[in-house]
Amino acid sequence: METNTKPKHLKFFGIPKILPFLKNVRGQILMMVALAIVSSLVDITIPQFQRYALDTFVGQGTLATIIPFVVCYVAVILLAAVVNYISCAQATIVEMKVNRDLRQTGFQHLQTLSFSYFNQNSVGYIHARLMSDTGRIGGLVSWWLIDCTWRVSYLVGAVIVMLRMNARLALMVLTTVPVLVVLFAIFQKKLEDVNHEVREINSKITGNFNEGIMGAKTVKSLAIEEEMESRFTDETENMRRKSIRASRLRGLFAGTMNFASSVALAIVLWKGGYIALEELGTFSVFMSYAQGMMEPLRWLVDIVSDLITTQVNIQRFTDLLAVRSDVVDTPEVTEKYGDCFHPKKENWEPIKGDIEFKDVTFRYPDGEETVLENFSLKIPFGSHIAIVGETGAGKSTLVNLVCRFYEPTQGQLLIDGRDARERSQLWLHSAIGYVLQTPHLFSGSVRENLLMGNPNATQEQIWDAIRTVSADEVIAHLEKGLDTDVGEGGDLLSTGEKQLISFARAILADPRILILDEATASVDTMTEAKIQAAMEQVTKGRTCLMIAHRLSTVRNADLILVVKNGRIVEQGSHTQLLAQKGYYRELYTRQYEDEATAKILA
Amino acid sequence: MAQTEKSPQKKEKLSLLWQFLKGAKRYFLAAVLAAGVTALADMLQPQIIRAAVDCALGGKEGNFPAFVMDAVNSIGGFPYLGRHLWIMALAILAVAVVQVVSQYIFRVYNTKASETLVKSMRDQLFSHIQRLPFSWHMKNRTGDIIQRCTSDIDTTKNFLSEQLTSVFRIVILLILSISFMASMHGRLTLIALIPMPLIIWYSMHFHKKIHDGFTECDENEGKLSAMAQENLTGVRVVRAFGQERSEMDKFTRQNDHYTSLWVKMAKIMSRFWSVSDIFSGIQVMLVVIFGAYFCIHGSLTEGEYIAFISYNSMLVWPIRQLGRMISEMSKAGVSIDRVAYIMLSPVEADEPDAVDAPMDGDICFEHVSFAYENAPELLRDVSFSMASGTTLGILGGTGSGKSTLMLLLDKLYPLAEDGGRITVGGVDIRKIRTEHLRKNIGMVLQEPFLFSRTIAENIGIASPQTDMQAIRAAAEAAALDETVTSFAQGYETMVGERGVTLSGGQKQRTAIARMLAQQTPIMVFDDSLSAVDTQTDAKIRQAISEKFGKASIIVISHRITTLSAADKIIVLDRGRIVEEGTHEELKQGGGIYQKIYEAQSGLQEVAV
Repeated sequence: METNTKPKHLKFFGIPKILPFLKNVRGQILMMVALAIVSSLVDITIPQFQRYALDTFVGQGTLATIIPFVVCYVAVILLAAVVNYISCAQATIVEMKVNRDLRQTGFQHLQTLSFSYFNQNSVGYIHARLMSDTGRIGGLVSWWLIDCTWRVSYLVGAVIVMLRMNARLALMVLTTVPVLVVLFAIFQKKLEDVNHEVREINSKITGNFNEGIMGAKTVKSLAIEEEMESRFTDETENMRRKSIRASRLRGLFAGTMNFASSVALAIVLWKGGYIALEELGTFSVFMSYAQGMMEPLRWLVDIVSDLITTQVNIQRFTDLLAVRSDVVDTPEVTEKYGDCFHPKKENWEPIKGDIEFKDVTFRYPDGEETVLENFSLKIPFGSHIAIVGETGAGKSTLVNLVCRFYEPTQGQLLIDGRDARERSQLWLHSAIGYVLQTPHLFSGSVRENLLMGNPNATQEQIWDAIRTVSADEVIAHLEKGLDTDVGEGGDLLSTGEKQLISFARAILADPRILILDEATASVDTMTEAKIQAAMEQVTKGRTCLMIAHRLSTVRNADLILVVKNGRIVEQGSHTQLLAQKGYYRELYTRQYEDEATAKILA
Repeated sequence: MAQTEKSPQKKEKLSLLWQFLKGAKRYFLAAVLAAGVTALADMLQPQIIRAAVDCALGGKEGNFPAFVMDAVNSIGGFPYLGRHLWIMALAILAVAVVQVVSQYIFRVYNTKASETLVKSMRDQLFSHIQRLPFSWHMKNRTGDIIQRCTSDIDTTKNFLSEQLTSVFRIVILLILSISFMASMHGRLTLIALIPMPLIIWYSMHFHKKIHDGFTECDENEGKLSAMAQENLTGVRVVRAFGQERSEMDKFTRQNDHYTSLWVKMAKIMSRFWSVSDIFSGIQVMLVVIFGAYFCIHGSLTEGEYIAFISYNSMLVWPIRQLGRMISEMSKAGVSIDRVAYIMLSPVEADEPDAVDAPMDGDICFEHVSFAYENAPELLRDVSFSMASGTTLGILGGTGSGKSTLMLLLDKLYPLAEDGGRITVGGVDIRKIRTEHLRKNIGMVLQEPFLFSRTIAENIGIASPQTDMQAIRAAAEAAALDETVTSFAQGYETMVGERGVTLSGGQKQRTAIARMLAQQTPIMVFDDSLSAVDTQTDAKIRQAISEKFGKASIIVISHRITTLSAADKIIVLDRGRIVEEGTHEELKQGGGIYQKIYEAQSGLQEVAV
């Protein structure tokens, strides 16, 4: 689980790893740093006005220089405002731009990753890497930079001014600093540990909420509400106790820091009181600086804790970028055919649609078992292959290989007689139509979804495709016809409607090779019949690989491959396989029963 | 849901907040008191400096309260202090100790208060959710509820524990520093206060105005996030259609748009900060200039002047924050509403005279009719009975109401007053305590939910007394033992996100084992054997009838082989019982059952 990622110690909190993303905003960053210095100088200057007022106005009892005083004062205030305006705006802009570039890079990288990555990591996990982790990095970088520059330069500036006003007194005030550094060293680690603990428990509680809500129905039927509650209460009590402990520690630290600033004040009064007799103003601003100096030191603790938190985000994000795809086009192939963002279609050979597995041995990159061993099969253009087996038996393996979502561990996959690796992934993908078990549409209009198959399709072609799969009725029912929005993931349409539209999308793409992953989900009989008819239309004149559930599909296939526990256990035509009286027959019987039963009960 | 949701009454909301605050109130009180002490100590420091400057060093009289003067005189008077400044420095440290201690107390008690509060909110919410009726859970989306339980709780907590206490602190600080300032110089205080309302007003006005901008940013972030989500879920389609480029373009466009919105916001917010800077800068300047003026004219001493500037600087930040806080507090209202929606939904309740009736009697459905909310009638006048210790088979198509029958039996949906009645051992289930009823009815739902605990814990979850032996026995009966022992950590294997992902069939069998471990007198298998193959199905049924022979068992299935051993079978069609009898009777009854029986056994001739 993501929340369990332990903060590994990266050099400089991992910031060097994101330096490349700061290149685009180099100018802004330089400006931010410069302005932060100016801003701190202004903040050091302002108490000097108070000093002047005390020493000159009050000390000499005259307001003679009041006009230049006000002019200067207002000028400094305005300068501060302008400087702060620019640096605040720039900081947010840098933050947002860095985040944008991180997301952009992450997204682009994800488009090129192989399927093993998507199979091993849940969508939620990847999504969090792309959206939440990136969101924290930019903010840290830009604000940290401003704060750090401002504080360091304020600290240095204040010390210099104090030294110039009265070196002896300044040095005495500075004796508090080493004490503070020691305190910081003592508290820092402890504070970070409790912070980490509190975060952990917090994410656990969120997990418990998740479970309590998602499993609510089961909890009810088991009548274990009380058990769930007592577990939950234990966790929240733990949280409460740890948080209070954390606050004790933080309170202790903040307290000592505040006390140190009073010590500085006391030193000024004790050893510097005599100054007040002559230069009251100097005395008064000395106190301001002595106390103001403590602020940057206090800040140090907060920022280290932020850095440690963000380090985890940086780690996770850079880990994502470090993942390499298992399926990569060779440089020569990319040179000739282009990559997935910049295809060189002029060099693409037309595809015929012959597929051949030649002595293929295959093991999933994350698996231990070899699922295909020296498997050879010729699938000439136009033939229909059905793959059958129970859910989870590994029916997708062949499809994954044909689509080059994975590559054979040994042996070759030939497309039109040539190794698939000799041409680009996009070249192959452009020739393959894919109709999924759970049809996936993208938010946008029906038309936009159909055009995914062929961006240049004319109105006429679109309607032809729709009529071929008899989706015209579906479209007619939609309020805005083709321009109706289908909602996120197509959720505004029913499964049957989505299925028909995804067929039409496949037809528009006019692929030579078609992969069909049949739906197991039950749709009503009318739709079922329509989908059946549509399927026959779609598969005509194409090489077809079907992960099959429907009897008609299975029976009419040229070849049936039977999969069990990840391996192909039987293969042959429907009649041959039935005659074998083996596993296929058993599967088929069950299928048949289920279908007959469903028909009678409908 | 969100649209039709009624906003709870103000009174209800307040009493809800009050209820959440239970146990936290005294901590809050202590925190506020400590904050008061801190503020008072904050006020003393400038007074010491003033005494040092004016009296100890400057030799002036100084109008301090009598007790202060007495104390000073008892040491040796101000001139003595002027020669021994370390005493005044010690006084500063003494005040600092009070400050630090009270600050520490404030911090700890404020955390105690807010953590007690958040715990009480979470506990009450969790417990309430557990007790909300089944129908409520069917109606409300999981994601939405979770959001209410996490981010809305956080907002409510921040409102009650941070914003509210901050406002208290600020108000205390304001009152104290203004009165200290006024006690030194009335006119100068007035000058210092004149710009204050303007600063507060400007900040409030701004934060209200900018709210829409934030909403727009949030919406666009949502869009961007949804886009990424869709791309990741549809990764196969994207690849298969070679859509990487166009997906990238779409994402880039939205990413840029979202970023540009923030850039716009950044400029607006920075402008706000700068203008506020100018306001407060000018305010400080006014105090510096007029203070100097009054000093020259003798109505203000130098020490008072310095103290005045200190007090004024204590005001600047709180005042600037006040506007933001007030405007942010209004936002908390929305979150409180969203939490209240859950807390004010009525929970399941038993009738006052509900009893723990024996559950091993006959089960009777008498003229049961039922319709879901806003849906046509699903069950119509269903009557049947099953003797204790027998097995009942139910056959029916999707939407025939067979699962609903079981939900009614478990009181997961209540039967309407005029909807007939269900009895166990002759007692109407309406009169049986719900927890007792459910503890005695084991039920395996169609989509079983497992908890993220170990397999052993999952099996034993509803039967706390069960030992490992009983857990294994249940797992064996559910044909699960072999699978589990093949895992490296066996029964200690974690299930779910942090552990192994079980297949549909394995989950199903774990749920069956969980039910068997409960050893309930009534067991319901709602189509739960369909995810396992025929042989395993037979094995499980065999084991159950051997080990749990005394239980009344209800099996819902499409498989004739599963149903045939039942003592009685009923066939449901469109909410009515159309056939009833034993396998032997029904297979020749000329109805649906016979047809299905023939379809499932007469296959050989059809297929080959």
